Amino acid sequence: MRKKIDKMPAILDFLQSATGLVLALFIMGHILFEASILISNEMMYKVTLMFEGYYFFGERYPGIISFLAAAIFVIFIVHAGIAMRKFPASYKQYKTITKHTMRMKHEDSSLWAIQVITGFMMFFIGSVHLYIMMSQPSNIGPFASSSRVVDEFMGPLYFMLLLSVISHAFIGLYRLALKWGFMEGKNTEVSRGRFKFLMKAMIVAYIVIGLSSLAKYTYIGVTHDFSDGVRYKSETIKIGEHK
Amino acid sequence: MSEIVKGRILKINILRFDPNEPKILPHMETFEIEEAYGMTLYIVLNMIREHHDNSLMFDFVCRAGICGSCSMLVNGRPTLACRTLTSKLDENISLAPLPLFKLIKDLSIYTGEWMRYLNEHLETWIHDQEQELNVDKLEERMDPDLADEIYELDRCVECGCCVAGCGTIQMRPNFKGAVGLNKVARYHLDPRDKRTDEEYYELVGDDDGVFGCMTLLGCEDVCPKDLPLQSKIAYLRRMMIKTAIKN
Repeated sequence: MRKKIDKMPAILDFLQSATGLVLALFIMGHILFEASILISNEMMYKVTLMFEGYYFFGERYPGIISFLAAAIFVIFIVHAGIAMRKFPASYKQYKTITKHTMRMKHEDSSLWAIQVITGFMMFFIGSVHLYIMMSQPSNIGPFASSSRVVDEFMGPLYFMLLLSVISHAFIGLYRLALKWGFMEGKNTEVSRGRFKFLMKAMIVAYIVIGLSSLAKYTYIGVTHDFSDGVRYKSETIKIGEHK
Repeated sequence: MSEIVKGRILKINILRFDPNEPKILPHMETFEIEEAYGMTLYIVLNMIREHHDNSLMFDFVCRAGICGSCSMLVNGRPTLACRTLTSKLDENISLAPLPLFKLIKDLSIYTGEWMRYLNEHLETWIHDQEQELNVDKLEERMDPDLADEIYELDRCVECGCCVAGCGTIQMRPNFKGAVGLNKVARYHLDPRDKRTDEEYYELVGDDDGVFGCMTLLGCEDVCPKDLPLQSKIAYLRRMMIKTAIKN
């Protein structure tokens, strides 16, 4: 009789990578969709309508956003729970890894420190953002989102969230590729160099895009007159006429 | 007539401590050595012992990067002293013993004990189910490419650099480290080793084994023998996942 192996370590390791991959891909889309505000208010409104299912059902269902946010929240919690195992678990471990990282002056070891710090930050700021998206799915739009950034003081939180999530996601994707030997090639030095370049380029690009969108939302939030509510009134799309 | 070119004056800061004399606390001691052409840290250390302090202790055997005895932290990074040219370094050079291993004195460490435990634990030898040794039997043929791949991994000299360069193992000393995982990958590749995938999973399929690796790649970047550690750990990780799926 063969002894049964304990599959849990393999499952946890695989899940950590898989949930991280899903979240990173999600963020890559998320930042681009929200950057639609840079094109025009109308464009961002259309993207909002798309996610609310308007183009599929002819009616707006903000519940879809709630559902998506909840799904991401679950994946986020699973990822956080599994990845937490890798955190330094005691002061001694914390001291050891900090000293080691300082001493080595080794880029990939230092990148890991960034992942731990940003991961820890997102326990809190990521949860706040996800919960609001889940509980107020209808308050997304060119004016509603701008009002949230400025009047509800979400700006600083979004700023921190943007920096942490982008660096965490792309450092994570880089590490995933090396960890599993994705597109490794014969010379790992070359493939690793390329992945590292890609990672840095993506971090810069996404932070620029994200900060620009945040600036635009802030600008709208400061300059727009919200006296008749935060609803956006489109010139071209009249809700209900598609039916 | 060539001019006599004066070399740089190197300031060698060495972390000194003798566990047998614990009253003298660990301290840094600085020695000044004039740099010569083609000088390695191995030569520097010998000069210090010859001209400055004959109580300085450090290990070396082959002086050519083959034996792996002279591993130490050079400016914080693990490497072999005999393969480190002073011309590649700053004038201020700091030397310290590798962490984690038992300290004998100054730069001399006892890697053997640690490595022996690792090898015994991972059973890094060919496991053949035929118990009896038959010297008349011809050895099974092996594909030359595979033989090369195995040989490549066999080049490990157990210098301990990957262990000292690994953040994970510093935090969690039970982790097998690149040296252990590389050896397991080597025997996993070897068709003469008859251990099953499940038996390998039992060896390294947990957080002390391949799943503990956080891919900081300190090992890959400090290995003086340039072993393909990144790629072999990835290989082992995929194999262990496959084994888990199979069962």
